[in-house]
Amino acid sequence: MGIAAMLGSPIKRREDPRLITGHAEYVDDIKLTGMLHMAVLRSPYGHARINNINTEAARNQPGVVAVYTAEDLKGAVGDIAVAVPLGQMTEGMGIRKPLAEGKVRFFGDPVAVVIAEDRYTARDARDLIEVDYEPLPAAIDVEKAMQADAPLLYEQFGTNVAFSMHPPTEDIDKVFEQTKADGGVVVKERIVNQRLAPVPMETRGVVAEYHKAHKALTIWSSSQIPHLLRNILAATVGLPQHQVRVIVPEVGGGFGCKLNVYPEEIVAAFASMRTGHPVKWIEDRSENLAATIHGRDQVDYIEVAATKDGKVTGLKIHGISDLGAYSQLFTDVIMIAFGFPVSCGAYDIPNIYLSGDIVFTNKVPTDAYRGAGRPEATFIAERAIDLVARELGKDPAEVRRLNFIQPDQFPYKSAAGAVYDTGNYEAALDKALEIADYKSLRAEQAHRRASGDGKLMGIGISSYIEICGFGPKGTAPVGLYESARMRIEQSGTVMVYTGSSPHGQGEETTFAQIVAEEFGIPIENVLIMHGDTDSTPEGRGTYGSRTTAVGGSAVYTAAQRLKEKMKQIAAHMLEASASDVTMEDDKFSVAGSPQKSVSFAEIALAANLSNTLPAGIEPGLETTVFWEPEACVFPFGTHICVVEVDKDTGEAEITRFIAVDDCGRQLNPMIVQGQVHGGIAQGVGQAMFEGVVYGEDGQLLTGTLLDYAMPIASELPSFELDHTVTLTPVNPLGVKGVGEAGTIGSTPAVANAIADALGVAHVDMPFKPENLWKVIHQS
Amino acid sequence: MTMKREITVTVNGKQHHSSVEPRLLLVHYLRDVLDLTGTHIGCDTSQCGACTVLLNGESVKSCTVLAVQADGSEVTTIEGLAPEGSLHPIQEGFWEKHGLQCGFCTPGMIMASYQLLKDNPNPTEEEIRKGLEGNICRCTGYQNIVRAVQYAAEQMRTGAAEPVGAGE
Repeated sequence: MGIAAMLGSPIKRREDPRLITGHAEYVDDIKLTGMLHMAVLRSPYGHARINNINTEAARNQPGVVAVYTAEDLKGAVGDIAVAVPLGQMTEGMGIRKPLAEGKVRFFGDPVAVVIAEDRYTARDARDLIEVDYEPLPAAIDVEKAMQADAPLLYEQFGTNVAFSMHPPTEDIDKVFEQTKADGGVVVKERIVNQRLAPVPMETRGVVAEYHKAHKALTIWSSSQIPHLLRNILAATVGLPQHQVRVIVPEVGGGFGCKLNVYPEEIVAAFASMRTGHPVKWIEDRSENLAATIHGRDQVDYIEVAATKDGKVTGLKIHGISDLGAYSQLFTDVIMIAFGFPVSCGAYDIPNIYLSGDIVFTNKVPTDAYRGAGRPEATFIAERAIDLVARELGKDPAEVRRLNFIQPDQFPYKSAAGAVYDTGNYEAALDKALEIADYKSLRAEQAHRRASGDGKLMGIGISSYIEICGFGPKGTAPVGLYESARMRIEQSGTVMVYTGSSPHGQGEETTFAQIVAEEFGIPIENVLIMHGDTDSTPEGRGTYGSRTTAVGGSAVYTAAQRLKEKMKQIAAHMLEASASDVTMEDDKFSVAGSPQKSVSFAEIALAANLSNTLPAGIEPGLETTVFWEPEACVFPFGTHICVVEVDKDTGEAEITRFIAVDDCGRQLNPMIVQGQVHGGIAQGVGQAMFEGVVYGEDGQLLTGTLLDYAMPIASELPSFELDHTVTLTPVNPLGVKGVGEAGTIGSTPAVANAIADALGVAHVDMPFKPENLWKVIHQS
Repeated sequence: MTMKREITVTVNGKQHHSSVEPRLLLVHYLRDVLDLTGTHIGCDTSQCGACTVLLNGESVKSCTVLAVQADGSEVTTIEGLAPEGSLHPIQEGFWEKHGLQCGFCTPGMIMASYQLLKDNPNPTEEEIRKGLEGNICRCTGYQNIVRAVQYAAEQMRTGAAEPVGAGE
């Protein structure tokens, strides 16, 4: 492979050697001299008043250094950060203290911590803390929590509803009436996106080390957001930002749940500042399921109107977002800010009505989980299209085709608010239909139905879009740029310090591909450094499928800037004008005279060592770029799922899964495919297996991986992948994003297949045998 | 404090004498006492398999074995699967076929694959998926893990390399 073919090649990941040999360093692998261990005592109730906490026995346990409760934190640490407080939250509703004060509001709410010499002692002592709880009725079901007689999490507000938006319905009502008058149809449905646990294989963890002499705090955390964590943590514990350093070591998956600043990070920092020792806290899996944010948990009432031909004329959505007990960083805005703007999906829907309530309940807070708002919105759009197709007796593929936004309509302003960059939705649909051999599948289905087959065959299509690459100026409370500091050393090695913080996505490889391609140098000569706030420029972190589109663009732009400077130096060395210098592979020469050239390595050496550079050219080759997008990007694709449901047992099996995704230009197709595979697995997980369950009293019933069912290898098929490429003008690389696409696209494909198999309008997830058996045997 | 017990365990070919609490888990012994942090803890309840190691040549979930139960045994962890500086065909397979993303489940997945290929050197895709049921990966959707194991099986069948491990 030539160096020029670097970008777009399935290059093996440079991250892997350390990961496959056991030499990678995750946060629990860090050991510091004098390090203490923290154990967290958590609420065993969903809702209770704390009358008293007795920590004496725990304090007296040999090996215990300290025990802290909310009382100890008063005045020393601030509240948990919320990016955009909505409605009553601006008055304090749902704002969380790091340790519960007065009341516990969910099973797993942290109440006290023990700091001890080793982790076993810390846990032993935790069991000696006596808490006098007065259990209270819990608000668990989100719709019941909105009723007047519901138990209240925040009594002073007189409601559990934090914020509502119910615009007038006159306009949309007229559209619906007109559609009906014209002979069209209106279909209604209640759709539940159940609560999910993100479950990265590495739980959360933190090591905090406070140097009293320097008043400097260093935090190692399993996080997606080193800089945001540094900034927020500094403010919360009352240190100037420059006295806090965050180092994100190897991270064992995030999926959005590590895009937050959690109580344990703050309390561990506080404990280190108080004890003068490093303090480590590693979450166990039961804590992870109980106290790390959950995702989804949204109930939607939808109405869709369509002409008798199947053209959608209007969509009405009333969404209810279950926030859980408190707001974490983005809890309150997931539905409204990330879901609502893409409610029309891939379709040219002229009229949309969006209303919503966001409601506190006695469960762990929800927040960003792979897709964050977009899976819920996409699920509605894709189910709505299938509901229309079913009502009209039309093929769901053809109803999609009829409603697609056309390629010549871009940039396209959706009625729901988002402005789409580029797309060619029909091409992806056609490709997926072809791979699936859709006509034959439908023929097989008809034949099997006619023959009374014991297995019910279903085919589901989902033509999703998503919004990512956040975000343009003015769309968030802070600029959502990414950054790259690039230095070319005299050896010719290119050091890149990125503000992005990958945790499994492989950017050490893809970013290096960008640099190697731009400079025409071997990829081995490029180093990508990330995760340390002392060496990397301010960045916003890795989430929302934004790292390649935004972080990659910063890296690309930094390379262009250094290339320009190298041209000036080359011009000096070649005794030519910089405007005449061209670059090919790693050679700089004067246009038209390629025989006389200077190489990348020669310029790197000259820039760093020479004392004869012309006036006006600073020595060195180093630049820092902050790249802020002008607009978001909109990946898309079509997924097709084929299922078989056993009539007698209700057991569903996915027999085929076809995914045609378009994420713009692919920098490393191997990594893109990996992202799609994993995304589909998580989307299928939601459809088929997963769901967090709380009892009415607020007990968590899915508290271990024995009870919370994640997909295992034998439960998934081999996915059939293909792609289309529609470039975006939004960034210089033409890339969109692929981290969440698989998750967003796959869930509705499975749901549509199940409804198709069972011959019903809608079935709520997860599609466990008992749920499907009931539907089959009711009808 | 409970009375400590003396144990002798050979890990990756090296003998260790240690004094441990009877309740100490083997995974904590490997990670905290011997500093072999390649073996990970993913669930505490034996569902996820991130902590899989070989005990006398057979794969076990080291979060469900006490260190004292390993007294007198040979243990192989991910660090000891191949000689320093070289890769076992299974490790190669995971790299070649992009069988990992965040890498946290990977050491356990590799050790479980070792057992799988020892029992069945020529597995079908279905047998690989069935054989890895005790190991959870949240990143890859398993498809490239299956390819990685198939790659390793092919390499090992053609005798390109022999598996290395305790008790072999």
